[in-house]
Amino acid sequence: MAERTFRDGVRAMAPLVVAVLGFAISFGVLARAAGFGWLAPIVMSATTFAGSAQFAAVSVLGDGGTVAAAVAAALLLNARYGPIGISVARWLTGGAWSRFLHAQLVVDESWAIAAEGEGRFNRGVLLGAGLVLYLAWVAGTAIGAILGEAFGDPSALGLDAAFAALFLGLLVPIAKDRRHVAAALLGAGIALVLTPFTPAGVPIVAASAACLLGLRR
Amino acid sequence: MIDVWTVVGLVGAGTIAIKAAGPVLLGGRPLPPRLGGVIELLAPALLGALVAVQTFQDGERLVLDERVLGVAAAAVAIRLKAPLLVVVVVAAATTALARAVT
Repeated sequence: MAERTFRDGVRAMAPLVVAVLGFAISFGVLARAAGFGWLAPIVMSATTFAGSAQFAAVSVLGDGGTVAAAVAAALLLNARYGPIGISVARWLTGGAWSRFLHAQLVVDESWAIAAEGEGRFNRGVLLGAGLVLYLAWVAGTAIGAILGEAFGDPSALGLDAAFAALFLGLLVPIAKDRRHVAAALLGAGIALVLTPFTPAGVPIVAASAACLLGLRR
Repeated sequence: MIDVWTVVGLVGAGTIAIKAAGPVLLGGRPLPPRLGGVIELLAPALLGALVAVQTFQDGERLVLDERVLGVAAAAVAIRLKAPLLVVVVVAAATTALARAVT
């Protein structure tokens, strides 16, 4: 089999572009509805480039949570990019600046497509897939954030339920085994118990303690 | 609005640093397996919490309202392997419809 290249990464990601665009448009619309204006969601997609963390930050702040709670929830969700980055580190050759830029394009989908088994990763595929995802993510956010004003009252449109549905849609594919399901249920339980007693956002951050289930083998 | 830009700035800078840390600093050294197991469960724990809070929270109270119907409809859509955009639209439309009826 010939070695895969940048173009293979682009081609592998192409069928996903419509889905990513839709996801990004919903981020733009929901961020706008949560009081983020039109520019901040676009800047956030261009710099953070990680869907679930962006939605988490917007929903915590939109619910009246503090800046610290919103930032903590988002960065805890992105903590997985620490080990993911380490797993590809050997395959990102080139200078420090080039490795830095490549690392920004490593998200769940591009990482999965660039995997070649036995811990090997293809740098060209990673770059191609990552760039396609990045462009679709930023463009979709811009469409949603700019046109978001055209949607009326967020509550009458059921947009508040859209957040919960979206997080459920992100959770189900990663709840691969019993440990993941247990962590999700424990996280939900911690958050619900704390909600009446703590400021908005704190229950979400506290729920991260459920990951300590990972200490049990 | 200042809060919005602070969050955008801090989350952006933090995420860029997390993504870059491995490739720029560490090279190919693997994480201790126990730490890896804990980090792996962070995302499901937080997403579970976000689903629960977004479904039941109203200010500092827990309530049962039309959102539950929307999330239930979303769960069916996820079960049917619908794309994420469809899942979100189904949830919003179901909730909006229930609000319009009641």
